[in-house]
Amino acid sequence: MIQGMSHLLEVACALLGQAATGAAAAAPAEATQSPIGLTHYLVVSALVFGAGIMVIITRRNAIALLMGLELLLNSVGLNFVAFAKFVAPDRLDGQIVTLFLIVIAAAEASLALAITLNIFNSLNTIEVDEAHSLKG
Amino acid sequence: MSFHETVFWVFAAIAVIPAFLILFSKSIVRMAFLLLSSLAGFAGLYLHLEAGFLGFTQVLVYIGGILILFLFGVMLTQRTDIPVRAKAGPALAVPGFFAGLLLTAALLFIAVGNPWKTHAPTPVPAGENETAQIGLRVLSTYVLPFEAVSILLLAAMVGATYIARAHSPGNSGEAGPGAPDDSRRKEGVA
Repeated sequence: MIQGMSHLLEVACALLGQAATGAAAAAPAEATQSPIGLTHYLVVSALVFGAGIMVIITRRNAIALLMGLELLLNSVGLNFVAFAKFVAPDRLDGQIVTLFLIVIAAAEASLALAITLNIFNSLNTIEVDEAHSLKG
Repeated sequence: MSFHETVFWVFAAIAVIPAFLILFSKSIVRMAFLLLSSLAGFAGLYLHLEAGFLGFTQVLVYIGGILILFLFGVMLTQRTDIPVRAKAGPALAVPGFFAGLLLTAALLFIAVGNPWKTHAPTPVPAGENETAQIGLRVLSTYVLPFEAVSILLLAAMVGATYIARAHSPGNSGEAGPGAPDDSRRKEGVA
């Protein structure tokens, strides 16, 4: 009975995935493996990317902005790994690109926080729209 | 629902829900911890994609490094005399929110509506250490980006140390005229 239930769920998810991707050719190959396909990861990545963009636009605190930026970089990295697994012929290339992405994110975060500390030391605020002394 | 599937949904929820909670959170420390949860969810998704090395690198670098850096940044720039104005005014926040929603909808449309030419997931080669393969490839095919990123990291480290150092007396007068708390800073310099 449990097997029947899980089979039913798998069929439903495969149908859902097929309707979602619209790629009838890809569905049978994925249904034998697992219903979790490329689209699932892309949707997660798109949602987190949107959240990061909204954080960057609506927040004015410099550290909050950096957090939004980290969300963006993470969602892009997830895309690289997912495409490497499901689309590219080689699964390792995307992982290596994401590895470089993590290194660059670390460098960017350390520099941006150093600049934030310096701005706080000289202007006594980290609100990005109050640090406008260079504006003509 | 198979185990494989359940694990995906759990990690996806851990990654996505805190990312949206960051939007509505008031305190910046709470935002940092929500970001921790989101990054942990991403590490789980990497593991779920059979990218083990990347998953643990994510935990080490993001959660162990960058997030701690953020928390230090929050602690070093905390002001108790002025309430934190974390959000922009409604003139910017409302259009920004809807612009972000629009962008999310567009991305979802692309991700879901596009007939991606997927194949069955490439299996992990049996008896082969994937981390060793990544190491070999980083030092052969990708050796130029590897060296470039090493120099970038060194430059960023030196630059961050230089920028964030304590002010020397020579440039202590650079504080903007709008800085109300200038005396405290000068005390710190002297």
